[in-house]
Amino acid sequence: MSIFQSLVKKEVLHLVRDFRTVTVVLVMPVVLLLLFGFAISTEVNNVRVVAVTDRHTDETRLIADRFRANPYFTFGGTVSYREAESLLRKGKADAAVVFRTEAGRLKLQIVTDASNTTMAQTSAAYIEGVANSSANAADKSAAAVVADTLYNPQLKSAYNFVPGIMGMIFILICAMMTSVSIVSEKESGTMNLLLVSPVRPRTIILGKLVPYFLLSCVILTLMLTLSYTVLEIPFSASVVHVVWVSILYVALALALGLLISAVASTQVSALLVSGVMFMLPVVLMSGMIFPVENMPLPLQWLSCIIPARWYISAMRVLMVQQLPVTYVLTEVAVLSGMTLAVLALAIKKFNAQKR
Amino acid sequence: MNAIEIRNVTKRYGKLVALDRVTFSVEEGTVFGLIGPDGAGKTTLHQILTTLLAPDEGTAAVAGLDVARDFRKLRTQIGYMPERFSLYPDLTVSENLHFFASLFGVDVKDNFDLIAPIFSQLSRFPDRMAGALSGGMKQKLALSCALIHRPKVLFLDEPTTGVDAVSRSEFWDMLPALKERGITILVSTSYMDEAERCERIALINKGKILDADTPERLVEGLGGNLYSASCGDMYPLLEALRRYPGVNDCYTFGAALHLVADEGFNPDEAARKLEQSGLAEVRIRPAKGNIEDLFIKLAKNDG
Repeated sequence: MSIFQSLVKKEVLHLVRDFRTVTVVLVMPVVLLLLFGFAISTEVNNVRVVAVTDRHTDETRLIADRFRANPYFTFGGTVSYREAESLLRKGKADAAVVFRTEAGRLKLQIVTDASNTTMAQTSAAYIEGVANSSANAADKSAAAVVADTLYNPQLKSAYNFVPGIMGMIFILICAMMTSVSIVSEKESGTMNLLLVSPVRPRTIILGKLVPYFLLSCVILTLMLTLSYTVLEIPFSASVVHVVWVSILYVALALALGLLISAVASTQVSALLVSGVMFMLPVVLMSGMIFPVENMPLPLQWLSCIIPARWYISAMRVLMVQQLPVTYVLTEVAVLSGMTLAVLALAIKKFNAQKR
Repeated sequence: MNAIEIRNVTKRYGKLVALDRVTFSVEEGTVFGLIGPDGAGKTTLHQILTTLLAPDEGTAAVAGLDVARDFRKLRTQIGYMPERFSLYPDLTVSENLHFFASLFGVDVKDNFDLIAPIFSQLSRFPDRMAGALSGGMKQKLALSCALIHRPKVLFLDEPTTGVDAVSRSEFWDMLPALKERGITILVSTSYMDEAERCERIALINKGKILDADTPERLVEGLGGNLYSASCGDMYPLLEALRRYPGVNDCYTFGAALHLVADEGFNPDEAARKLEQSGLAEVRIRPAKGNIEDLFIKLAKNDG
């Protein structure tokens, strides 16, 4: 057996013997995908809405009927203004629609409980939609607005979250596991034994990276399979590009893990660095949850150095929009540049600590 | 020929001088002890000689190879056992041994004769995880792993720290057999009583070599004016002796006190005088010095 093979075999034995960690590493992506894909969504269901009106007309009845029929709403009937206010206050209603007739035309006022902003904005938009469509039906003269949501006609939140979760998982698993495994050898002193042997440092590093790279490929397969089947992301030829851009991102994450291991001297600090320095920015600033475009300018600049931002935006184009790879050339170029830079820095640091 | 040749090696960590112009040599095929307290620089010296660290100044050669220039070739010639027995706790006894053999591109079978006497107890449970072994067993496995590629020079950094007394003694009993095979051994320890088990020793303190010779000759250099003192109440005795005329130094030594005195010191007279001053049952007798006495003397002279 060659030296490299026995290094890889040793690393695989570590992984297999550490059954709990491997289980967590394989189960976590699945749980996160399913959680974000199904349970946690920004879609708003069952908006409890009440109507307030001084007198019913055909028009108000029509709108009330539409609320009743719409699956997104639970219509609570017509109440007085004061009653509506108290229902909102008690949290028994989420929104109230106030009808007023001024100069023969129906005017609408929407009152929402904005203690939950997301919910309030979304439900206000829904209510407006329902009210307008009835207004249009009644008043043909008004200019009709037809909204067409491209790439994600049902506005499924899974489409939004899958690229984000992939961006987070790979940084977490690759960077954290590689750095912890290298630092643990530093802590136990076995790293010194490896360095004292005739094995070249680059062989040692490669022997560490390859097993985690293979593990990441297993996770990638798992996540893509889930995304295309359970989460029903449309399958197309662009999956080839999704795979290789993801592999590039995995390589970058492994290089980051290597860099952390060169800087950190204990497993705890390696965990903290990869957790706090990488995980938090990925969640908050990569566009996974909050759109980068809405951030203040300095934060937008800062987000440019976060690898996940580029990966997630590339994944949105390739997985959700299913555009050809020419649309993500910038992202791919940035990710490649980052990988080379981090790898060069990590190897330099790794060699420096020895001397 | 000398297996290890160290010339003016200096190593600094920022302002701290870990090694200060260290110079000594180790003859081929000897067991050489590096004796000194924790923090004396023993591990740093080991790391320089095993090519893990580069010296800031000076040169060192092991097996005729310079540690800085020929480090790649040197790495095939040396065996290293670090301070804590660095093994993979989640790999079995035999996996650990085979892994370290493969790092050097050797087959366990080819060199098994060398480690057979050390490994014999371990070969009864080859499939036990290294982490589940007792301290003494871990030590034997780590030594086997360090020897599996038949090194010319073996570096043992505090091999007996954290091991029970029986295993410690067993460990020292293993070294002569390795020496017979022509392996030069540099072993460091902070237990002064282990110095006598080495052929030659170097005393190291605060990064400086205090003296280097055979243990016997070093102890001879102590001179004959060493006394052991005891009494019912040790602390007042220590205070009183330190003030007593003709006493150069007094320190606790195990359960008694050791004192270094001038030529004309009369122990019986001193005991009588101290008893008159209120201390009970004072006994002062000539004592045979050992390495620890020498170390205390040298470290004191060094400031």
